[in-house]
Amino acid sequence: MKKESFTISVYTENNVGLLNRISAIFMRRHINLESFTASVSEIKDVYRFTIVVMMTEEQVKKIIGQIEKQIEVIKAFYHKDDETIYQETALFKIDSKLLFEERQIQNVIKDSNANIVTVTPEYFVLEKTGRRKEVEALYDELEPYGLMQFVRSGRIAVTKEKMHISKILENFTPEVI
Amino acid sequence: METQTETETKETKATMARMTGAEAVIHCLLAEGVDLIYGYPGGAIMPVYDELYKFQDKLHHVLTRHEQGATHAAQGYARTSGKVGVAIATSGPGATNFVTGIADAQIDSTPMVCITGQVGSHLLGSDAFQETDIIGISTPITKWNHQVTKAEDIPAVLAKAFYIARSGRPGPVLVDITKDAQFGELDFKYEKCKGVRSYKAVPDTDPKTLDQAAELINKAKKPMIIFGQGVILGKAEEELKNFVEKSGIPSAWTILGLSALPTSHPLNVGMVGMHGNYGPNKLTNECDVLIAIGMRFDDRVTGNLETYAKQAKVIHFEIDPAEINKNVNADVAVMGNVKNTLASILPLIQTDSYESWLQEFKEFDKIEFDKVIKEELYPSKDGLSMGEVLRGINEETKGDAVIVSDVGQHQMIACRYAEFTKSKSNVTSGGLGTMGFALPAAIGAKMGAPEREVVAIIGDGGYQMTIQELGTIFQTKVPVKIVVLNNDFLGMVRQWQQLFFDKRYASTEMVNPDFVTIAKGYHIEAKRVTKREDLQGAIKEMIASKDPYFLEVCVEKENNVFPMIPTGASVSDIRLS
Repeated sequence: MKKESFTISVYTENNVGLLNRISAIFMRRHINLESFTASVSEIKDVYRFTIVVMMTEEQVKKIIGQIEKQIEVIKAFYHKDDETIYQETALFKIDSKLLFEERQIQNVIKDSNANIVTVTPEYFVLEKTGRRKEVEALYDELEPYGLMQFVRSGRIAVTKEKMHISKILENFTPEVI
Repeated sequence: METQTETETKETKATMARMTGAEAVIHCLLAEGVDLIYGYPGGAIMPVYDELYKFQDKLHHVLTRHEQGATHAAQGYARTSGKVGVAIATSGPGATNFVTGIADAQIDSTPMVCITGQVGSHLLGSDAFQETDIIGISTPITKWNHQVTKAEDIPAVLAKAFYIARSGRPGPVLVDITKDAQFGELDFKYEKCKGVRSYKAVPDTDPKTLDQAAELINKAKKPMIIFGQGVILGKAEEELKNFVEKSGIPSAWTILGLSALPTSHPLNVGMVGMHGNYGPNKLTNECDVLIAIGMRFDDRVTGNLETYAKQAKVIHFEIDPAEINKNVNADVAVMGNVKNTLASILPLIQTDSYESWLQEFKEFDKIEFDKVIKEELYPSKDGLSMGEVLRGINEETKGDAVIVSDVGQHQMIACRYAEFTKSKSNVTSGGLGTMGFALPAAIGAKMGAPEREVVAIIGDGGYQMTIQELGTIFQTKVPVKIVVLNNDFLGMVRQWQQLFFDKRYASTEMVNPDFVTIAKGYHIEAKRVTKREDLQGAIKEMIASKDPYFLEVCVEKENNVFPMIPTGASVSDIRLS
């Protein structure tokens, strides 16, 4: 089976140690994370990890099993790229002088659909949101002029299918042991 | 048990009082029906120990000689009693000494609650004296862990800890309590945890899977069962027996499944795995339907997965969804507690018998007996064999004893040859293979089943890893019987060196002390046997003793355990020599 990109979405309770628990599952198996993002979710008090990995589907199924096994994980899903809508955000900090000295940089900015977040006499900050390829293309164009700083976020993604997390939460009924 | 706990909970609720976190810890334990804990005091857990002093008539504390011993004793207690074992220690080194026992309990699914003290919350992260990040350290080896920094959180966290430790697939839980949380005050109110919303302890059983499994079983010509510890943990021994007897299917066991079905049962065909029996290993690759019940296809069971039971349809009865298709793909996965699923499938399966198929097992048994078992149990050589010691113990205990084994050759011999009539009788470190497990685990095993004879079978290597627990035996007078099978070698490693490393015996020869004198130093009755004619008499004397008893048997130095599946080989390539 070939390796491909999967987006893993993990819905969890708010627990400090959970990040450690989840990352340990990958670390133990020598699986590199392409990106890892933690945030709130659409449900109150429910958190969401969005993890991008390159692996085979067989591997990812087992990983999902190990993640869901953690007590405070509500549900974990994996999706292929075509099953999600996903974006990344990047910030470019660039010397303001370049706007005047290298006029063509203005065209690059215009054509890239990037936003200028802030401008000071020393530097300006450009924000670009899109697929990895789009961010990388802009990086390749700006890099020759010299970047003061560059940072790119992990992937965030929503799925095309419904998630039904609220329903899953309702179904956790107390049970007698 | 359940009713008793409920009454206690009501009583505790009625007394609802202002108290310290440390006192609350005791009330929580009492409300959970705990009357025995194992531990070792130290700075950061002293407030709890102070309360233990006050409550010593209700909650018995056993002082082990090392924190690792406390965890193994708690494991032994859990394994024979079926209850949650509890261990308690201080922060820093106290907590880190718990690590091996916790890892052992995790991989062998043993219900255990570990309580550790922690430095004051204002000191967390400051590299304070005896501060260690035990939550970080124990995360990958616990079913759940949590640090409490406020006294008022103690009851809910401990209630959750006990619920998680014992429910579903059991496991170890660690609760770390900062010193200020122990000193702090709260209005105590205890409610037993009845569920955690993100945790489904027992998955639902899809009735379709029962039908599919029954259809495969009813059509099978050469079916085989492998049962594991899930049967014991699920209290499903009766259901397993009914299933085995109605279906007539030959049944083998994993090392942790041992004793769930009496060893003398006519359909019990022995152990699978690396040092298991010849027949069940060979025939795993001949059966047409493989029925796995509460077991997890460990690599020591399967050998090479590429050649494991490829011809068979696999039915997997399992409580933990993460085990399905983890190592061996299941054609039908029946989720749930095997106590329920085995009971539910019983009316769906036909009464049957497989005489000629069972005969195949018996023929392999004959080969194994002639080539391996005969010499092990009735040696022709002068030197004593480990097997004949087990045979002697079987004769004296009639299969009624709990056998606690350590790790190595003696463990394989104990599991291969010990006879069992009752469940929860085989206590061993299966998954982790923890040398040093047996002596402290035997203490807990005896306290968990005081009415039963408990015999620890230990090698000379593992014995010296936790030998200090003789002090605990001396102090508590717990009447465990300790048998050290001494070959002056780390025998299993030496066996591998002989077979796979051209007899280069790197650091496996042991120069041992006088074990009898050491035992006597702890005022434990002790004897050494070197000759065959003295063996049975010594075993008889040991079993007859009402006190702790130590028996050293000097066995043949370079015996090997067979059969054996070499690492990475197929189960059908099992070797007899």
